[in-house]
Amino acid sequence: MTANEAHFDYVLRLADDGLILSQRLGEWCGHAPALETDLSLTNIALDLIGQATLFLSYAGEMEGKGRDADKLAFHRDVTKYRNCLLVEQPNGDFGRTIARQFIFSTYQYALYQQLSSSTDRRLAEIAAKALKETTYHAELAAEWVVRLGDGTEESNRRLKDGFEWCWRFVEELFVTEPGDAALVSAGIAVDAAKLRPAFDAVLAATFAEATLPLPKFPRPVTGGRKGHHSEHLGHLLAEMQFLPRAYPDAVW
Amino acid sequence: MDVLSHVPDPEIPVVSVVDLGIVRDVRENPPSVVITTTYSGCPATQVIQSDIRKALDDAAFADVKIEVALSPPWTSDWITEDGRKKLHDYGIAPPPKGIGAPGLKNAQAATCPRCGSIKTREISRFGSTPCKALWQCETCREPFDRFKCH
Repeated sequence: MTANEAHFDYVLRLADDGLILSQRLGEWCGHAPALETDLSLTNIALDLIGQATLFLSYAGEMEGKGRDADKLAFHRDVTKYRNCLLVEQPNGDFGRTIARQFIFSTYQYALYQQLSSSTDRRLAEIAAKALKETTYHAELAAEWVVRLGDGTEESNRRLKDGFEWCWRFVEELFVTEPGDAALVSAGIAVDAAKLRPAFDAVLAATFAEATLPLPKFPRPVTGGRKGHHSEHLGHLLAEMQFLPRAYPDAVW
Repeated sequence: MDVLSHVPDPEIPVVSVVDLGIVRDVRENPPSVVITTTYSGCPATQVIQSDIRKALDDAAFADVKIEVALSPPWTSDWITEDGRKKLHDYGIAPPPKGIGAPGLKNAQAATCPRCGSIKTREISRFGSTPCKALWQCETCREPFDRFKCH
């Protein structure tokens, strides 16, 4: 993999996490437990899709093959997607969705904090802007973790189940890929492993307030960053990509 | 700048794109308008660009380029005093100034734009657009939009 390919691959990862999670969150539109949560989840989706568009446009320019953000989002097959496995998992119930959101937004907050001082100016600018949005997401998710965890027996159980389901995908967030070392030493990419302490600190504090036990550590599942996805992503893409693939020149 | 101060925000037409701090700069050589987006995913972004283009065309500034800048990231502190007054009169509580970064849980209570009470509470962290939250006044009981600190 050339340096440019590794750089492109890294930006795709940043883009695809947000793009796929926003598609998942969009599934809650009109189905969330209350109007306020419906608004919250879809607004988070909107922020994530905006961030993904910025990253994808940049990736397309870097690649130099004439692919724009839409082309990369709608005309790329499942094995070419670089998102982590966590974000492609089905929503489950509201408890699982909140568990997933808390894990992801806490991770993304730590990531953007570091990325906003990247030597890649474009990445730094996108991260600085996105950090403000993600602050809001992380806060909201943490509040819901406390509310559900320290709520009724039922809400506590569902949230705990949600975290147990999601936990196998946490490890992958902090894994570095072979092409990363050069990018990290050039100050372009963030060393994912170094984000773990900040993540663990927020997790411990929030779990204590939510009266939740820390999740047990099941065998981690990884592979998303290499394009080895669960079957769920193919179904998600089939829905997300249908229109631009069936009607390639459609405009509105 | 005068032309742009008459281009309304598509979502909150009572304020202009200048009031909101979306227009960052107007350059003469080469002629260009530098704008920024409030939130990355704000759906009004494309409409704002085409509205600005139309306003420029109508005022015979056909060769002006529109550039979108990411940095420094937009903050609600850039909303002008005039813009804050217009928001308030329209029934939207303007964001407190000088807060800077979010992450403060928007803790400071909003002032009800209808009756002026500060006994208010947040109903929903997210509202009808990315830039607003839903609040309610405990005194007059009216719900209202609050422009988020960002």
